[in-house]
Order: sequence, then structure tokens, then C-alpha cells
Amino acid sequence: METVITLLVGLLVSVATYLLLSKNVIRVVLGSAILSHAIHLLLITMGGLKKGGVPILGDKVETYVDALPQALILTAIVISFAVTSFFLALMYRTYQSIGTDNLHEMRGTNDE
Amino acid sequence: MNNILAFPMILPIIAGVLLLFFRLKPNVQRWGSVLTMVVVFLISLSILEKVMDEGILRLDFGEWAPPFGITFVADAFAMLLVTTSSLVTILCLLYAAFAKDEKREKFFLYPFLLLLIAGVNGAFLTGDLFNLFVCFEVMLLASYVLMTLGGEKKQLTEGIKYILINILSSWFFLLGIAYLYGTLGTLNMAHLSQRIAEAGQPPLLTTISILFLIVFSLKAGLVLYFWLPGSYGALPTAVSALFAALLTKVGVYALFRSFTLLFYHEPSITHTIIGVMAMMTMIGGSIGAIAYKDVRKIAAYNVIIAIGFILVGLASNNIESMQGSIYYLVHDILVKGLLFLMVGTVIYLTGKTRFDQVSGLMTNYPLFGWIFLITLLSLGGIPPFSGFAGKLLIGKGALVAGEYVMVAVAFLSSLFVLYSLLRIFLHMFWGETSILKKNQIYLSKGMLASCFILAVLTIGLGLGMSVVSPYVTDAANVLTNPHLYIEGALNND
Repeated sequence: METVITLLVGLLVSVATYLLLSKNVIRVVLGSAILSHAIHLLLITMGGLKKGGVPILGDKVETYVDALPQALILTAIVISFAVTSFFLALMYRTYQSIGTDNLHEMRGTNDE
Repeated sequence: MNNILAFPMILPIIAGVLLLFFRLKPNVQRWGSVLTMVVVFLISLSILEKVMDEGILRLDFGEWAPPFGITFVADAFAMLLVTTSSLVTILCLLYAAFAKDEKREKFFLYPFLLLLIAGVNGAFLTGDLFNLFVCFEVMLLASYVLMTLGGEKKQLTEGIKYILINILSSWFFLLGIAYLYGTLGTLNMAHLSQRIAEAGQPPLLTTISILFLIVFSLKAGLVLYFWLPGSYGALPTAVSALFAALLTKVGVYALFRSFTLLFYHEPSITHTIIGVMAMMTMIGGSIGAIAYKDVRKIAAYNVIIAIGFILVGLASNNIESMQGSIYYLVHDILVKGLLFLMVGTVIYLTGKTRFDQVSGLMTNYPLFGWIFLITLLSLGGIPPFSGFAGKLLIGKGALVAGEYVMVAVAFLSSLFVLYSLLRIFLHMFWGETSILKKNQIYLSKGMLASCFILAVLTIGLGLGMSVVSPYVTDAANVLTNPHLYIEGALNND
């Protein structure tokens, strides 16, 4: 199970890298979102998958799943959600004021 | 319990949220935020005293004993940095309060500055690697907003690069955390340190440590500084001063913490890499500092040179060089804030960004000119000012470690710092005045006051070395003896 998920993480990272390297800003935002999902998946895989019952005290269960990675990715998801939404808003604002969604055409303002 | 430890992070957040409700009352915003930071500064000063008396302090949130809960750990190193950062923030806020940039003030400039400092203080205090990530993100999100607040074209395009590079480095950070948790099963820094010491840092852990090196180097601007000059150049003065003073230093702090507390068993690999990176940073920064005529670019490359210089201390890895690095870190937080305030004020006064377009500012603004001279002497490490002790100790430590090439590069880079700033000084302040008295823009006393106080502080820190030295000695002691930190952060009595 862990191997499959790890392979999936690798696939997601390669997709995200492809998107991040493109010129279109929306693709870049999507790339960054997929990149963060890949790492969340890796985080939860690191804790071990399906190793035991839910981490709530009960009578029948003897081993429990590690609850910490779940707490970690919950925090990381919230953060990446905030960053992605800010990034999208910024991209739209930039598109409005510069009039292009092509990253190569945004380079000009840098040179004085 | 030491609940007081939470205050340097919690107070700015509470104040920031409260200030959101006073959007159209700029005076409440200005003085409310300054007052908050004064209180935070006094509290951190008292924590620093307490740390000196009682040793390392710890706060377990929700009474969850370490290593299971979230902890804040205050040692002298962390508290020195918290105190200095709070002090610089007060002065930058004071500058912003007198600069009266109402367009930005209306859109929550001060709440975001307070959230930024909350993240910075949290990052210094936390004793948990994941919490460090969260504090980094708090700081970064505030900095994204401050970066783009105002919506000028340059800010937007630079903002995109800045955010993208930081998303990538946060990704690497999480990757490192995931691998570390997967191999060691804990994220509490003291506990990690224990387990790494038990395992003897096998190659796998050294590889993970390189991941962390990449992450923190990106934040600190160590070799990976390509994003820094552009983005710092696009900011308004007070914000750029705060960025230059604090953001890179948080990365430096994290580098020091992780490579003295966690990954210190293979110095022949990790610390050698850090040394090479420090040299590359200083060389690259020096070339940048003399290549441009734009004063903001020169100031930004000076930030980069200083980062390289501080990390020479970490690469040499002995108690003297650590003391030097801590001195230099405190000095650099103060004086980089001062440098960016000065540079921003020059641009505000003249409207020009290149140093060959203006001359003779000394006649127009004499006191301002002298403060600039103090700034550049202090940055160059000339004796009565604060840069000297740090440079001396780092140099001495590196010589003891036998790193002669590194010492040579480090002191040559100091000459480049001096040269690049002297060029600005000679062109802009000396010579015939290019602005007529009747045309000159009035420099308000409040804006000058922040610069003046910072200049006095750098002189004071230089002369009052004996006042600071017990704190620095204690901080360096904890850095070179990880078991002191582990005892303070893990013992349950």
C-alpha cells in the first residue's frame, strides 16, 4: 500500500513540476496546488497506512494508527489553502494591471 | 508554568486582529501597534533576564508533556533574537507612523506587520520542527501581503516570484519533516537531537539534513539569494527595513538551530558544505554590491554578504566563532534595519534611486548625512561600532578551526561592504549640493528619530559590549553543548 501511494506522490510531483515550468500563470498556480497535495500525501504515508484502528480508546482495538501525521497534514492543508487562494488573487490582480497572463512578458518591468 | 513565553507571539496577533476594526483611524493603528511592540519588547527583556537566572525556560501548551505536546523553549540565543527583533520592529513602526503612507495604512499595513513579527518571534521560540514550519508560514503569509500591498506593477511581478520561490521552499521543508518523522518518529527538536545522537547520524539522516540546508538557505539567502535583491527593492521603506532586518535572520536562526542541535555529528560533510556556501555567498554578494548603481540593490547585496559572514561562524563550529556569530546577528538585525531606513529615506528625499544622480546631501541634511556615515562604518566593522566584536570573534574562531581561506574571503568581503557604501556616501552626500535649499523636501523629525535611535544603538552596542557579553556567552554555550538544550527542553519535574 505504501509503495503504491509513494509512486502516486512521485507522479503528482512530476505533473506539478511540468505545470510549474509553463508560462501560463494559471498553470503555475495549479502546479503549486498539486505540489502541496503531493507532499500531504507523502506526510500521511510516512505515518504508516492501515496499521490499526482509529486512534480513539476502545475495547476491541489493540493497535492504533499514528494520529500525528493526520494532525500535521490538517495544518498543512489549511496553510496551503490560504497560500493558494492568495496566489490566485494575486495572479488575477497582476493580470488586471499588466494585461498579460504570460510569465515571460512580465519580465520587462524588472529592468530599469 | 511559564505562560509568559507565549506573549511575544500571542500579543502581536491579538493586537493585529483588534486593529483590523480601526481601519479608518490611522492614529489608532500607528500608535496601537507601536505600543504593542513596546510591551512585547519589555516582556522579552524580562524573559531574557529570567533565562539568565533560571536557565532554559519551557512552556508546554495544554500541559502536554514533551515530546508529545507543542512546546516553546526559550534559551538565551532565542531570547536575544526575540528582544532585538522586537526593538527593531518598534523603530520601523515608528518610522512608518511618521512616514504616513495612508494608501497602505488604510489597507491594514500595521496588522500585517504585527502578524509578521508574531511569526518571526514564534519561529525563534518554538521547540518543535513542525511548529517551526507553521511559524514560518505565518511570517511568510504576512510577508506575501506586505510584499504586494499597494499594487504597484513592480511589486506584483516581484511578488509572484517571491511567493513561488517560497512555496517551493515550504514544500522542501515539509518533505524534510516527512522524511524525518518517517525515520525517527518524532518532531520535537530536543527529542530529535537525542534520537539522532543515539543513531549516530547515518548517511540517510545526513541526506535529510541537506534537505533542511536547502530550505533554510533559501529563506536566509545563503547562495540561493537570487530572489532577494529584486523583491527587497520593490518595497516601501519601513517594510523593506523590517524584511531586511528579520526575514533572512529567521533562516539563519533555523540553520544555527538545526546544525548545532540536530545534525552536528558529521561536520566534515555538513559544515564543510555550509562553509563553501558561505564563501560563495560572500563572493556573489560582493560582486553584486559593486556592480549596481541602484542604492536599493546595493543595500540588498549587503544583506547577502552579511548572511555569508554570519555562517562562517557556523561553519567554523567552535565556541568563539559561535559567540561572534551571535554578536554579529544581533548587530546585523539592528544595522540592516538602519541601512534600509536610510536608503529608503534618501530615495524619498531625492526621488532618485541611482547614486550618481544626486550629490551634496550633506549640506541639505547634515544630521542625516552623519547617521549614514555611522551606518557604513558600523557595517564595515570599524572598532567603536557594533560590527567590530562580531567580526573579530568570527575571524578568531575561524582561524582556530584552521579555515584560512574562509577568513580571507570574509574580511575581503568586509572591504567590499565598506567600498560599496563609501561610494554611495561620497557621491550622494559629499560634493556640491544638487538640491536647492528652497526645493528640498522637509525631512520630518519623527522619520529621522528612528534612524537616530538605531544609530545610537549601534554605537551603544559597540561600546557597551560588556553589558551584552554574558548573554552572548550563555547563548553560545547552549549552542555548543546540545545536552544543555535537551535537558531544558525535555526534563519533566
